[in-house]
Parts: sequence; structure tokens; C-alpha cells
Amino acid sequence: MISLAGRDILHSWGKFVLTGIGLGLLIGATLTMAGVYRGMVDDARVLLTNSGADIWVVQKDTQGPYAESSSIRDDVYRGLLGMSGVAQAANVTYLTMQVRHGARESRSMVVGFEPGQPGEPGYLVAGRRLLRGHFEAIADVKTGFKLGERIRIRRHEYEVVGLTRRMVSSGGDPMVFIPLKDAQEAQFLKDNDAIIADRARTTANPALNRPGVPGLLDAVTASQTVNHSVNAVLVKVGAGDTAASVAQEIRRWKHVQAYTREQMEEILIAKLIATSAKQIGMFLAILTVVSAAIVAFIIYTMTLGKIREIAVLKLIGTRNRTIAGMILQQALGLGLIGFIVGKISATLWAPAFPKYVLLETADAMRALVIVMVVCALASTLAIRAALKVDPATAIGG
Amino acid sequence: MDHGIHIEGLSKRYGDGDTAVEALKDVNMRIAPGEVVGLVGPSGSGKTTLLKCLGAVIEPTRGRMTLGGEVIYDSEQGGWKTPDLRALRRDRIGFIFQAPYLIPFLDVTDNVALLPMLAGRANSASRARALDLLRALDVAHRAGAQPSELSGGEQQRVSIARALANQPPVILADEPTAPLDSQRALAVVRILNQMANQYQTAIIVVTHDEKIIPTFKRIYHIRDGRTVEEAGEGREIS
Repeated sequence: MISLAGRDILHSWGKFVLTGIGLGLLIGATLTMAGVYRGMVDDARVLLTNSGADIWVVQKDTQGPYAESSSIRDDVYRGLLGMSGVAQAANVTYLTMQVRHGARESRSMVVGFEPGQPGEPGYLVAGRRLLRGHFEAIADVKTGFKLGERIRIRRHEYEVVGLTRRMVSSGGDPMVFIPLKDAQEAQFLKDNDAIIADRARTTANPALNRPGVPGLLDAVTASQTVNHSVNAVLVKVGAGDTAASVAQEIRRWKHVQAYTREQMEEILIAKLIATSAKQIGMFLAILTVVSAAIVAFIIYTMTLGKIREIAVLKLIGTRNRTIAGMILQQALGLGLIGFIVGKISATLWAPAFPKYVLLETADAMRALVIVMVVCALASTLAIRAALKVDPATAIGG
Repeated sequence: MDHGIHIEGLSKRYGDGDTAVEALKDVNMRIAPGEVVGLVGPSGSGKTTLLKCLGAVIEPTRGRMTLGGEVIYDSEQGGWKTPDLRALRRDRIGFIFQAPYLIPFLDVTDNVALLPMLAGRANSASRARALDLLRALDVAHRAGAQPSELSGGEQQRVSIARALANQPPVILADEPTAPLDSQRALAVVRILNQMANQYQTAIIVVTHDEKIIPTFKRIYHIRDGRTVEEAGEGREIS
């Protein structure tokens, strides 16, 4: 038996292909939305992987440093280094801000780290690592900064000496790495007018400016200009110890919060991007319904255009299931064309998105199944219409 | 006469009670294999209803119908003899319509071969049968063409080939010459006569067409649901 659906598609391939392209662009948008979500999850995982840590030690009762602000003293790491199971511990700061280069700005996450310790970018794609203690930076290529360029973070300029890739925050902002001391200063650095005003307030405070206690005012003023806080301490666990047990000990003895990799993933994926995921889920649901409605409408219209042929087919003895099969196959064919166009479109335009779009093969396979199921369901309206056609209408007027 | 078409006391009523309409009233017809008869009558006289009853697309109210020597309907014995009217139409009745109604997405060969394929014959055998018929109807040279590429006369010849594809004992032709000019209309009637003779098929031609009515040897006039048989002129078609 010949394939009636196949012949009809070949006969009016132009209409089919154009319709398929239209549907495909919609499917491409759907795949991209899924890719945006996957990209967010991947960004979160990459962020954790790139930090090179097994445990994140943060301020007690917070879920920092990515989901909530966290501030701990920069000497906490020393106590951690003395604990059993801790191989490395290093301070790290995170500050999301606009980094300027001339008239250009890049929204970036500025990371303060100590060279050779957890928190340092794992690899470079150009340039070198930080060799000086101040005013050098390594930037992710997505910032758009070039080697040798001078970028401005708060009041200071930094020379870009290295470039890295796929170092982004959980929000997708590219990272700029600078020395820890510079980052600590940058977090709380005020402009000169504010510093003068603060000093005047301190001097005017009789509790801090006491003639009977010489040097007190100077000590208080000095402490106001130095920042001894960091956002987290990244810990590497020694061989033979588990992150969970070491984190448990840190929580017990150091009055801080300690998260393992799994717990940080839970915070980032299930909490930090949960709202975005729901938002994307809603879009996906709407796009799926819209796609189904479009397929149903197209197949229904195409079927109505063939009512006379269907009546003749039924009159000359074609089974209902053959006619239903023809319509179903056309709907599935349309879905297949749409999926292929959608997959190609999504692959082509994904790199142009400002945030990472991760198109996974498993998602594409799931989308293919959903598209086929949706097309099959959408064709039921047209099949109903076709099966209602009375073969008698082929005879007479 | 054991074969061809035999209709006895066929009636068809639409609706019930006061609104009932008696579309066919005790119709009797007998058409031999290889014979072509005309069925003529004014609009609303019951021609289409008779064709639909014969075509097994609507059920008569009363009567008996025999096709190719086999009773297909008998109101006294429960109505249709087979529950599968679709197979009955496919295997035992050929249809020719006012417009050819060829399937636009199948080429000429497959339009004809579709019926044997639907009947379960192999594709190759079905296509061979289709080509035989197309040759007999002198359209084999358009075998690979799409219906839209054919002239009106060629399309009607292909539709005749389709009607003959499963070698049915009867063909019902519903105003097959209506859209054609005199020359082409007469050519179609000549072909129908040839095919009826060659394949021993009984053909009923429903028509209003004054050009072709004189060509029938027998004509059934239908008026107000009743048929009257009369001899036709049987004029030779040059």
C-alpha cells in the first residue's frame, strides 16, 4: 500500500516546508528556553567546580556566599587549617559590580582570591597568572576585556594580564579575578569625601575622642579604613576524609556555617534559580500549548481542504483507519520537520545569547517525543472531522 | 439473467410521520452485464437517491438489490447482506463522478492502482492492472502525470479506469459528461460502451445531458421516485 500521507506531503511540499519552518522556529524558541534553564544550572555547577573547593565556610545562619551575603573575619581560615581533614583553606570575596574600561562597562562578579589557593581560576586561555600582589586582573572572555587593557574597579585601575573562559556567577555574569587584599579594600572602599566625613563624625564623638586616652581616636580611625572581612573560606579536604564529616566538625567547633558541594548545589539550583526555573517552565508550557494549537489548526485546515477527496476515498472503500493514519502521519511529518528546523535554529542562535544556553541531546530527544505526542494529539481534531465526512457527499450535488 | 444489476421494489423514505418524504417508490430495474443504460429525470426526481442506494451509501427502506448475481440487500431478510459496506463498494461497485475527483497527490497510475491496493493486492500487480486499463483507455502516455496536468477528457478517462480497477460487476456514473463539450461527452459514452462490453460490466449513467441520451439503447426515466423503462434510440457514436 502506498503512503497517502507521504504522497500528499511530496505533492504540497512547499506548503509543508514553510509551515514546518514556522513551527520549527517556535520549537527552536522552546528548545532555547530549555537551554537557558540548563545553562543556568550548568553555570551554577561550573561556578562550584571552578572554585576548586570541597567545603564553603560562610557566616553562621546564612546560605552565602552566592545565595545570600556572608561576612566572616579573614583570620578564620587559620583556625580551619588547624583542623583535622582540612588540607587547604583560603579566603575569597565576591562582589558583583560594573567594571569599567574607558566608556565601556561590563557587569561582572569581581572575585578576590589568593594565588595558588582554592578560588583561583583553574585555567587560562591567554596571558598569565597574577604575579604581583596588587592591581592585576584575570578576566573571563565574556567581559570583552583584552590582554593589557586597564580596567577600573572602584577607585583603582587594574591591568588585565590573563583571560579565562566559562568563569561566571550563578547569574551568568562573567568573573574578574583580582588579588584578595585589593578585593577586600574594594568591597568597602569609600570616596574621599565620605572618608573625611566619617573621620569628622568619629572625632566629634566624645566616646571615641577622649583626651584621657591618647591614641584611641587614631586607632578607631585606622580601623574604619581597613576591611578584615571576607565572604567565605574555601576548604579543600585531605585524602581519606569526607567533606561531610569535615564540614560537620567545622560547624560544631568554629561557630560558622559549612556547606559541602552537594549542599551548595542544592542552594544554587533548588533555591537561587528556582524562581527563574519556574518562570522558564511557564514559558515552556505556554509555548507547548501554542505549538499544539498551531499544529492542530494547520492540520485541521489542511484536512478541511481535502474533504471532497476524503469523501471519494471513503466511497471507494478506504478504511477509516487509513484516512486517520494519513492525517496522523502528516501531523507527525509536520512535527518532524518542525523539530529539525527548531533544533538547527536553536543550535545556530544559542551562541548569540548573552547568557549561556546549554542544548542537551537528552533535552532534544525529550522535545522530539513531546513534539510527536503533541502533534498526534493535535491531529485528533482533524481526524474527527475526516471521519465524520459522509461518503455520500461524493455522489450528487 | 443471473448477473448485472437487478432491483426489485426498491423504496426509500426520508423522515417519519407528516414530514416523511418518499424519494423512491417501488423502483424496478434490470441491467445485463455489458449493458449501458441511461437514468434520466428532472432534479429532485430521485436519481441521486437511487444512486446512493445502489452505491451502498444509504440504506433503502424496502426492496431487494442484486449485483453480479449476488443479493446485496433484501429488506425482507434483514437489509444489507454484509456489514462491511466499505468492502462491498470497493470490490463490487465502480464510481464515476460528475467531476473526476482524482486524488490530487497521487499520479495517474496510483489513482487507478489505489483501489486494488486497498483490496489487498500487491503494489506491483495493482500498478500493472492500472497500466492495462490506462492503455485500454488510451491514457497510458500520461501514467506518470499528476491529475492537475491532465485535460478534462483525460481526467475523466482516468476516473473510468479507476472505476474499473477492481473489475466490479456494476459501475455507477453520476453525470460523467456534464463538464465536457459534445465531442468529448460522446467520446466518454463511447468509452463506457467499450469498457462495458470488454469487461462485461453493467453501467448506469445518470444524466441530464441531451447530447448523450440518444446513444442509450435503454433508458430508465425517473419521476417522483418511480421509474419507467423505455427503449432508447441507441444511436451510433461516430
